[in-house]
Amino acid sequence: MANQVIHTAINGQEHTHEVEPRMLLVHYIRDVVGLTGTHVGCETSLCGACTIMVDGQAVKSCTMLAVQADGAEIMTIEGLAQNGELHPIQEGFWECHGLQCGFCTPGMIIAAHQLLQRNPNPSEDEIRHGLDGNLCRCTGYQHIVDAVQYAAEKMQGSRERKEV
Amino acid sequence: MIPGSFEYFAPTSLNEALDLLKTHGDDAKVLAGGHSLIPTMKLRLAEPAVIIDITRIGDLRGVSEPDGKLVIGALTTHYELESSALVQQKVPILSQTAAAIGDVQVRNKGTIGGSLVHADPAADWPATILALDADLKVAGPDGERVIKATDFFQELYTTALEPEEILTEIHVSIPAANTKGVYLKQYQAASGFALTGVAVLLTRSGDTCQKVAVGVNGVADVAYRATGVESELAGKTLSAENIAAAAEKAADGVDAMEDIHASPAYRANLAKVYAQRAIAQLAS
Ligand SMILES: Cc1cc2nc3c(=O)[nH]c(=O)nc-3n(C[C@H](O)[C@H](O)[C@H](O)COP(=O)(O)OP(=O)(O)OC[C@H]3O[C@@H](n4cnc5c(N)ncnc54)[C@H](O)[C@@H]3O)c2cc1C
Ligand code: FES
Ligand code: FES
Repeated sequence: MANQVIHTAINGQEHTHEVEPRMLLVHYIRDVVGLTGTHVGCETSLCGACTIMVDGQAVKSCTMLAVQADGAEIMTIEGLAQNGELHPIQEGFWECHGLQCGFCTPGMIIAAHQLLQRNPNPSEDEIRHGLDGNLCRCTGYQHIVDAVQYAAEKMQGSRERKEV
Repeated sequence: MIPGSFEYFAPTSLNEALDLLKTHGDDAKVLAGGHSLIPTMKLRLAEPAVIIDITRIGDLRGVSEPDGKLVIGALTTHYELESSALVQQKVPILSQTAAAIGDVQVRNKGTIGGSLVHADPAADWPATILALDADLKVAGPDGERVIKATDFFQELYTTALEPEEILTEIHVSIPAANTKGVYLKQYQAASGFALTGVAVLLTRSGDTCQKVAVGVNGVADVAYRATGVESELAGKTLSAENIAAAAEKAADGVDAMEDIHASPAYRANLAKVYAQRAIAQLAS
């Protein structure tokens, strides 16, 4: 079947590639572009490990075709830190032990990023609801909730990073 | 899990999409949010030779309010309906239903049109669209036609839409001030789909039920209007006893589904329980 040329901007960098229409976006990002921070967990739209931002919306990139992203602006976990400084959500996961094995973490952080964009000061319930599409097999979620709360406070300017 | 090979088209106008659909006939599948179709293709339960991605047709997305009704483009996402101030204000049951679907990522991508056409018995939209008596506007090779919601859902995963047609708009009358609605759902614990979902629109004058419309999904292989409940309660006082007696009819004449999650008797019971809760909530 005819391949398609797609143009994307990923973490601010432009990419042009020819892809098979059936290629999943997550495979494009990992195997073609080479950004392996985005993980493949279940491959069935359930775990959220493959979550990335496409045109400002958190999506599961295992449930999207690369051709659907033609013309899109994409942000993956690699695009979050700026100038070597962790993003407040990443810092929150670090400070609050929001990860153990780390497999779910890139997707969790992107989902948390979407949540805080839409609701900068979420309650604990709202955080749990906002991360509903992401599974973690290690942490029991409590530390992830703490990490998002940390980030929310930090992003609103009411918390300084603790030096450890 | 990778879908089979297919040819991909991304038309930018409805006419172009309809032409492609006519040319490729049964080999083609329309792609909207992809959150039912792509999983099905990954499992190779569907192997269309041609995919027609309609999401680049701008006219099919968004909500407007011409003369007393909401017109919802088929490509409007669940999240857009959940978060739209216009929808929240005019027909809040639509926002409520949208918010009950899947998770954030699914709601960001999935569309109301895709959900209605997919007609999964455990989907959330059908109950609400039925209770609202919505009109579904579709376009095909011979022009446009309108299908009433009550005629739309036919069988498991089957609707009144013809293979060469595209659902373009959902029209919902804005309920009068004395009509209130609610959608309540028993989440299937693992998938989050509706084990049972009940949508109720209750029109009252004082303590009397003038009219009630009840849509139910998750129970039978196709979503339905619980007409037994509707006729039992119409014209009656909204007392706890009358509501309970009417809700008892929520699965009358319905062939409830059996699967690993629930027996038919359990599903029928959930329909009654949720009908009772939804009506009682609106009556209080
Ligand atoms: C993890 C997960 C959880 C979910 N949870 C829920 C839930 O709790 N409740 C729920 O209701 N749903 C749930 N869904 C399904 C979700 O709502 C889908 O988005 C929806 O069922 C299909 O919409 P879509 O836009 O993604 O359609 P697609 O997958 O693109 O299409 C579905 C079908 O409709 C056809 N189609 C689409 N649009 C049109 C159109 N305008 N005209 C003609 N044909 C069309 C396609 O050809 C295809 O056959 C879930 C999905 C996932 C992946
Ligand atoms: S890999 Fe995409 S949701 Fe699990
Ligand atoms: S840290 Fe291991 S899955 Fe979440």
